[in-house]
Amino acid sequence: MPEGLATTHEAGAHRALQHHFENMEQQREAGTLGMWVFLVTEIMFFGALFLAYTLYRYKYPEAFAAASNHLDIRLGAINTVVLIFSSFTMAMAVYFTQVGKRRASIIGLLLTIVLGVAFLGIKAVEYHEKYQDHLIPGRLIPGNPFNPDVHELKLPPGVPVGNVEMFYWIYFAMTGMHALHMIIGVGLLTVLTIMAWRKRFSPEYHAPVEITGLYWHFVDIVWIFLFPLLYLLGRHMEHG
Amino acid sequence: MSEHIVHPRIYITIFLILMVGTGLTVLAAFRDFPGPLNAVVALTIAVVKATFVVLYFMHVRYSSRLVWLVIAAALFWLAIMFALTISDYSTRSWLPVM
Repeated sequence: MPEGLATTHEAGAHRALQHHFENMEQQREAGTLGMWVFLVTEIMFFGALFLAYTLYRYKYPEAFAAASNHLDIRLGAINTVVLIFSSFTMAMAVYFTQVGKRRASIIGLLLTIVLGVAFLGIKAVEYHEKYQDHLIPGRLIPGNPFNPDVHELKLPPGVPVGNVEMFYWIYFAMTGMHALHMIIGVGLLTVLTIMAWRKRFSPEYHAPVEITGLYWHFVDIVWIFLFPLLYLLGRHMEHG
Repeated sequence: MSEHIVHPRIYITIFLILMVGTGLTVLAAFRDFPGPLNAVVALTIAVVKATFVVLYFMHVRYSSRLVWLVIAAALFWLAIMFALTISDYSTRSWLPVM
């Protein structure tokens, strides 16, 4: 056959195989690579937020330590455990799909959804506490401008409250973007669960599960960095 | 290269390592290390945890060289972004500006 002409796959090819791929193996590899290229853009996107955090922490060390100490370390740690556990159930869901155990993979996906929603719930409790303490930066909430109890913050004398506000801008930007990714992830997992329920996956074809897994683990990694940087940075000064 | 299936035993091991790492980072945060060491310890633990997630949960250890290259390129560009920006901000006070 002359080169460049469209080819049709032989009769035995998997029905999920797209016409521009030679075989399932090549299709799977291309999908994984494409997902990683997307994750690179995500790394650069969150990287910029981490860079902003680094610069302002370097500029306002006392205010950042005081503001960080005001975050609820217990809820932050519980959320870290919840998210790592959800990464584990996601990995297990991928495994059970690979070996063709549909029921187990659906249970894995559902557990991941439950843990993801639990994370968002705990995050909402934290946001509500910040709202009650007037720690939402700027005038994002009408009638509840940024107005913290300076005494409770234990801010060293001479440190402007505006520097604390900067911490909370960064805190809400980073955890907010992270939570948005979690919400999207829970949506994707719901679609996957329905697809798995309808027997759309098999040991030969399960790229959507694999690729959503990559996304979910990436979101987990972002939190692995957010937790120490936001919640733990000033603790040692508190007890020093 | 055919798809590598990671055994659940490895996933459980990685999960336990991540849990230990989380415990360690909380414990370390309450100890007062000299100078900037608190941040160094916290970031080191985070990098180790992230590496385990990438290598095993995300199957990169068993992925093609092309995936490795894409990740290396991302980290390289990330390093450029941090290095150039921090070199700017950290040296602004070196020269008197009119």
